[in-house]
Amino acid sequence: MGKRAEVPTVNAGSMADIAFLLLIFFLVTTTIETDAGLARMLPSTAKSPPVTIKHKNLLEVVINKDNELLVEGEEMPLHELRKTAIAFIDNAGEKDSCNYCKGEGLAESSDNPNAAVISVKNTRETTYEAYIAVQNELVAAYNELRNREGQRRFKQDYTAMEKAYTSSETDAETKQELKTKIKLLQDLYPLHIVEPKN
Amino acid sequence: MSRYRKKSTSVPEVSTASLPDIVFMLLFFFMTVTVMKDTVLKVDNVLPHATEVKKLEKKDRVISIHIGKPSSELREVLGSEPRIQLEDKFANVSEVGPFVLAKLAKMPEHIRPYVTISLKVDKKANMGIIDDVKEELRKVGALKINYTTYEGEVFRDR
Repeated sequence: MGKRAEVPTVNAGSMADIAFLLLIFFLVTTTIETDAGLARMLPSTAKSPPVTIKHKNLLEVVINKDNELLVEGEEMPLHELRKTAIAFIDNAGEKDSCNYCKGEGLAESSDNPNAAVISVKNTRETTYEAYIAVQNELVAAYNELRNREGQRRFKQDYTAMEKAYTSSETDAETKQELKTKIKLLQDLYPLHIVEPKN
Repeated sequence: MSRYRKKSTSVPEVSTASLPDIVFMLLFFFMTVTVMKDTVLKVDNVLPHATEVKKLEKKDRVISIHIGKPSSELREVLGSEPRIQLEDKFANVSEVGPFVLAKLAKMPEHIRPYVTISLKVDKKANMGIIDDVKEELRKVGALKINYTTYEGEVFRDR
């Protein structure tokens, strides 16, 4: 008699299976999109007086229509570009204006990182891939130099600082501190990549 | 004695009653973070690789422009010259400026200075069209751009 009065319970054993099924569906369809890329500022259209740059302060990089690289008029494989760019930026032809530079101080290369300008020229037929590869190598050159200076001054890589700065887990106080450090390193090796119009 | 021994050898079962709860929790997490793609790509869009990348953190401050060859189904009609795709339709170079301005106008004023234009360009596209787009962006004063790439070695697939 007592047995009949009991309400039958719904078997919830398959609940986990159903939930798993849904879970796997969402796991598969989820692409946590993290867009990343090379950040750049375009030059403003405001008319500025033309600046004359001394030839030795300019590293001319040309990518032709067959995606070949010409640096200062000479052909160069892509993997040597970084080394060349670093040597150029860090050259310190004027020793007094860059006491942190470790370059060779060649007379025909740049005076100091602040004066050094890299010009990238491409044709309309150049592929985007080649262009990005060159841009990437140039940014890598700057990052390497900034990392070196970051290690020397703050015992921390510039790239690591930048990552920490953009991370949402860093608290406001550390961010402020990082910001000044990043600014300092950027001022030591300012990014001067120009794209002249022909 | 025998009863005592029996008790000691039997292993207590692990209760699986909370398993559905755990699974549901995971399920809800993934349901909330899932973003269904809002635009259908009509162009090939295999991005190049780069190592020195910066993340585009805030989604609401990004305007994307896709550039690439029309995808294989559309190539017969449209040819294989790289085209620009804004939102979900093809556009001319001259439409890029107004598009960006319209998008900017919809955004709250305080984030407008921080808006980044994300250029998602197929690696096989040529620079001509990209230079034109960049020129358009300069005209409307959208100077902060990001060449969106995959993270990875540059030399890997060359």
